[in-house]
Amino acid sequence: MNASRAAFIGRPVERKEDYRFLTGAGQYTDDISLPQQSYGYFLRSPHAHARIRAIDTAAARGAPGVLGVYTGKDVGGVGGLPCGWLIKSLDGSPMKEPKHPIIADDKVCHVGDQVALIVAGTLAEAKAAAALIDVDYEVLPAVIDTATAAKHKTAVHSIAPDNVCYTWGIGDKAATDAAMGKAAHVTRLSLVNNRLIPNAMEPRASNAQYSRADDSYTLYVTSQNPHVERLLMTAFVLGLPEHKVRVIAPDVGGGFGSKIYLYAEETALVWASKRVGRPIKWTAERSESFLTDAHGRDHVTTVELGLDKDGKFLALRVHTTANMGAYLSTFASCIPTILYATLLAGQYATPSIYCEVQAVFTNTAPVDAYRGAGRPEATYLLERIVELAARELKIDPAELRRRNFIRKFPYATPVGLTYDTGDYEATLKRALEIADVGGFAARKAASAKKGLLRGIGYSCYIEACGIAPSNIAGALGARAGLYEAAEVRVHPTGKVTVFTGSHSHGQGHETSFSQVVADRLGIPIEDVDIQHGDTGKVLFGMGTYGSRSLAVGGTAIVKALDKVVAKGKKIAAHLLEASDTDIEFSDGEFRVVGTDRKKAFAEIALTAYVPHNYPLDKLEPGLNENAFYDPVNFTFPAGSYVCEVEVDPATGAVRVDRFAASDDFGNVVNPMIVEGQVHGGLAQGIGQALLEGCVYNEDGQLVTGSFTDYAMPRADDLPHFQVETVKGTACTHNPLGVKGCGEAGAIGSPPAVINAIVDALAPLGVRDISMPATPYHVWQAIQAAKR
Amino acid sequence: MSLTLQLKVNGKSVSAEVSPDTLLSTFLREHLRLTGTHIGCDTASCGACTVHVGGRAVKSCNVLAAQVQGLEITTIEGITPADGSLHPMQAAFKSCHGLQCGFCTPGMVMSAIDLVTHQPHATEDEIRAGLEGNFCRCTGYQNIVKAVAQGAKAMGR
Repeated sequence: MNASRAAFIGRPVERKEDYRFLTGAGQYTDDISLPQQSYGYFLRSPHAHARIRAIDTAAARGAPGVLGVYTGKDVGGVGGLPCGWLIKSLDGSPMKEPKHPIIADDKVCHVGDQVALIVAGTLAEAKAAAALIDVDYEVLPAVIDTATAAKHKTAVHSIAPDNVCYTWGIGDKAATDAAMGKAAHVTRLSLVNNRLIPNAMEPRASNAQYSRADDSYTLYVTSQNPHVERLLMTAFVLGLPEHKVRVIAPDVGGGFGSKIYLYAEETALVWASKRVGRPIKWTAERSESFLTDAHGRDHVTTVELGLDKDGKFLALRVHTTANMGAYLSTFASCIPTILYATLLAGQYATPSIYCEVQAVFTNTAPVDAYRGAGRPEATYLLERIVELAARELKIDPAELRRRNFIRKFPYATPVGLTYDTGDYEATLKRALEIADVGGFAARKAASAKKGLLRGIGYSCYIEACGIAPSNIAGALGARAGLYEAAEVRVHPTGKVTVFTGSHSHGQGHETSFSQVVADRLGIPIEDVDIQHGDTGKVLFGMGTYGSRSLAVGGTAIVKALDKVVAKGKKIAAHLLEASDTDIEFSDGEFRVVGTDRKKAFAEIALTAYVPHNYPLDKLEPGLNENAFYDPVNFTFPAGSYVCEVEVDPATGAVRVDRFAASDDFGNVVNPMIVEGQVHGGLAQGIGQALLEGCVYNEDGQLVTGSFTDYAMPRADDLPHFQVETVKGTACTHNPLGVKGCGEAGAIGSPPAVINAIVDALAPLGVRDISMPATPYHVWQAIQAAKR
Repeated sequence: MSLTLQLKVNGKSVSAEVSPDTLLSTFLREHLRLTGTHIGCDTASCGACTVHVGGRAVKSCNVLAAQVQGLEITTIEGITPADGSLHPMQAAFKSCHGLQCGFCTPGMVMSAIDLVTHQPHATEDEIRAGLEGNFCRCTGYQNIVKAVAQGAKAMGR
């Protein structure tokens, strides 16, 4: 590090962004109203699967205040929404990619599919006009169930008559089968990873404006990655010149994956804004969020783990059916493959692994990345089967894990990844201490006195973050690069504005990134401003997802800072009449090595912009540097979680009493923010385990379509978490040594919770509990075990 | 058809012509441009729209503006000191990292102030129960609970 005095990195610096959020001064998309503002409303399909025979919009077009009514026929020349990742089936054939129209053309494929866009002077007028549209539907049978979709007589799309998008595999099947055949013990489990609805608290919204003055568009949108949004929209869907479209993602109220994707609504709004000639705003009602935000998870899996007589893992064999929903969302295809099956080694040195994934289309909302994205599904099955094997073999579950931990790094897994570093023993040891596992027996006895069953469950997770090395991603089917970009603009007074291609929607980048910049340049944190989320300001960016912002985006900033310092040294050398190589930079000062001759950072900045005494023959004026950073590997955060529950056998009610988390995120820039990220992830993971489950009925109607039907975790549903970030193993291949922390909690916690419930109920003969472990599910499992 | 609304918002008298079906949240956001009050759902579930009506926390998305005729409304903007400082509850949320994306935050702060005004010595369990009407998807609530307890202490001083 250039700065010898690390004043900010590693400290719980309070967040720069908080004042505006706490005072109501945040600017979220729906807060922005433009002159001549008009409003869009989408008429949506009430049917899961239907042919559109005819649409009569005449009455709506003539309704008061209406500026335009657009159906699939009107947008017929426009392309479909693209999928960013090509997965090939085992037979080499490319995945099936049905057109994903921005407004349905001849049929609708899920409840909530958009059928018409109505634009009017007020939202009330747009809604009233929508009620006048007559759609003649021919209702078709709906394909809903993930497990049986491939056997359904109805095809969601004619190009995939068996509803199979792809059948993909990874690992050595023959070696895995052979190893499984030789195993002394094989543990088997079938499980479902329940479908979730992301529910960021800010509903999706957009506001699109066309300017005839310069033939350009501006789109305000709730996006995690505005540059990608713009690229996909202009180049692949609307055929607009990329440089004439400015996409701004202002303050965004949570994403969790659901705001990564290019959605139909904002695309249709941009398209219509030129026709209407006024800016159009659309904000999802919560019921629309439930119906149309990309959902998460939804896997049906069988898993087998083969062990030798000493409890060493020999082979892991997995078959998963993954629901894609009605259309391929932007990253849908890579979630249950590249981000899932590659993580199946977990923390263990299992020599043979084979996983096959069948992705299916159904008449449900599209499914894509949701916090963790593939990695929670992998961790869930692995940590469930490991704990079940321990139970069957009567080996302590922590001990069984220890026997199989990877201990030498780098470690190449049988499923394509190379872990650079880690210390799984350390995080497990610390988790067991935090959880006070030694006191469990006494607590169990105390619970029993109250008539309650206490159980303890473990989970040791690993995740691949810092997405992603572009060459590896490309070889695996990615249709884009996955680097990050940054610009460091030093102003003449030495103040600094940093433009990052990452996007913050709760993660606190304005603070963490400022800490890095302030330390590296040796300047006050107040002198640093972080800008993000605007294609008109930021040079480029791939956005925020996959816990990549600091590892990839932060490194891009460091690279740009290094260039600033390198140029500063040349300027300082000139002013100090020394050789470039004799200048060192630390604590905000350029010094001639071994002397007291020095120049402050701000003096160098001023000189760069007022170059009266300057090596103009060798050096350009100004101090403004760009950098792109493409990582050489993923990062591998890992940790151990321990959960303790109390179950009331009379009602099936589960209470999480204790939850201990021990994580290795490598180096930590802001421990307060990191801990907050873990808390949030745990809440979503515990929510998945106990409360949340998306339910469609057999006709494809969303049963859990509101907050009164879909159980979001509330303050009194969650325990007080005991979270600790261990002094970890620094990532070996980025200069900050950071790994990423945004998804860990959601990845590691569901199996810990379910393992704890199974442990509590094991004396009753219960072997498995499905998520969410609602009182109803738990009570049913107890009754079934009695029979 | 419209009605004449007369009420006090953040200490200032306000008079406006609105249609009778205007929600209080819409009135605050669209008519007065007080966009700190957020809309997170349409079922009075999430609490992002919480404001004070006559000093009590109310979900403004489920109240007609007409229903608060003549009453005193306080929004997040109204509890914020004009000098650039923070209300003790806002300050507690900041120092405890009780917010991430900030979307639920104004409603959460308004609920918290009402909660501790009526239960100044609320325990952790009571705070958790008292915040039952406000969703946060980012924080897992732990730091919010901590902030509310700290804010209660600071408000009591």
